[in-house]
Amino acid sequence: MRNVFLFILRYKTFFSFLILQVVSLWFLYTYNKFHRARFLGIANEVTGRVNTQYNKVEDYFTLREENRRVHQINDSLLNLLPKNYVRADTSVQLVQDSIPFDTLGHYRRYYFRPATVVYNTVSSQKNYIQLNRGSNHGIKDNMAVLSSDGSAVGVVVGVSPNFCQVMSLLHVQQKVNASLKKSGDFGTIEWDGKDPRLLTLKGVPKSIEIKTGDTVLTSTYSFNFPPGYMVGTIAEVVTDKSTNFYVLKVKPGAKFYSLQQVFVVENLQYAEQTSLNQEARKRIEDPKKNPK
Amino acid sequence: MSDLLRNILRFAVLILVQVYVLNKVPHLHRFIIPYLYFLFILWLPFSVSRQWLLVIGFFTGLVLDYFTMTPGLHAAACLLIAYVRPFLISILTPKDTTEFNYREPSPKAMQWTPYLVYVLVLTLLHHGYMVFLQWLSFGSFLDFIIKVIATTGISMLLIITVELLFPRKLKFRTNTA
Repeated sequence: MRNVFLFILRYKTFFSFLILQVVSLWFLYTYNKFHRARFLGIANEVTGRVNTQYNKVEDYFTLREENRRVHQINDSLLNLLPKNYVRADTSVQLVQDSIPFDTLGHYRRYYFRPATVVYNTVSSQKNYIQLNRGSNHGIKDNMAVLSSDGSAVGVVVGVSPNFCQVMSLLHVQQKVNASLKKSGDFGTIEWDGKDPRLLTLKGVPKSIEIKTGDTVLTSTYSFNFPPGYMVGTIAEVVTDKSTNFYVLKVKPGAKFYSLQQVFVVENLQYAEQTSLNQEARKRIEDPKKNPK
Repeated sequence: MSDLLRNILRFAVLILVQVYVLNKVPHLHRFIIPYLYFLFILWLPFSVSRQWLLVIGFFTGLVLDYFTMTPGLHAAACLLIAYVRPFLISILTPKDTTEFNYREPSPKAMQWTPYLVYVLVLTLLHHGYMVFLQWLSFGSFLDFIIKVIATTGISMLLIITVELLFPRKLKFRTNTA
């Protein structure tokens, strides 16, 4: 026994190296379960504060681009105003109602919250974006993030009281449902980790005709993204002879280099949809409860 | 300026440069990510004990990790170079301690060639291990090799530039210290 202790004492540097190494690998591989819950909340607050200070300066460099985007989305919203439409019968008045439920049964499904990007990279294979809104402002996991001109940016994956982390579309594990504007066929947007100027759209069958320049929109099947928002335009059609599906290179609509103002979009029915999805799957696919 | 203060300042500057300058440079190529922050570990004084070196290395990596949202990745790589550093220094510096009285590794203390070997080996280890850990979850083997070589190249270039731009003053150990 004494020799064991002597041995450990003699090689104490090596052992502490091994222990710390195991700790860091454990951090790395349990990142999603443990970390997001405990440490990341605190660390997020600290890095968030530093990032906010830096961002105060950095924002000035992208203001022109940002102004253009905001102006553009303002323009598209102004065009929707009821006073742009003239009715022949002047006694009819169109009133827009802003309460979530109205008597016709319309209800609000998506809720937009503005946020500012405080940290963002494009050079890694796993890019995260940090926003200055957190659980104090009602942000939850799995909310969608759109850029200021309404293009898909990513999905919220971590929340602390004042900040949240967004998994950018430029992340090799990101998968977002998207559909083609022209035909409505849907596929999955992924990123191969190579070029941040190109995303990949997979799962679109070869039976449809596709040209470069076609628009890709967020799909109606997505639980977190509101439908009909820009994802990008098709830049290249790669014909893979081994499958019946296209591999499409998509030029993202969002400018990931100069992200500044974004919208965090909440699907107010997200919990209901996902729990229904999971329960239904469990009930149907579980052989014990379903002896047929 | 005391050694402690110097190193704390150095730590802050290198981490901030890494997070806000080097991680944010517009995309050059998918194989090239410039890294400089680990220069902090290379520049730590000779007098730091091996145990402390490990602890400092681990936390340096971890701080960067929390900025880049990859907890453990840089920490593991920094820990490795912090562990290897004393062995390398004992090989590359003269055995005769009466002639050798500098405080920390620098081209002046170790001569250019041994110093560059020291930097190259540790850079290669750092990037090799880090890219290896990334490669385990994603990527092809050829990507891995090219990425290690490319990032090491760009890091060496940065470190040599830093050495030439900011030559550190000669700091002698006094007899009393």
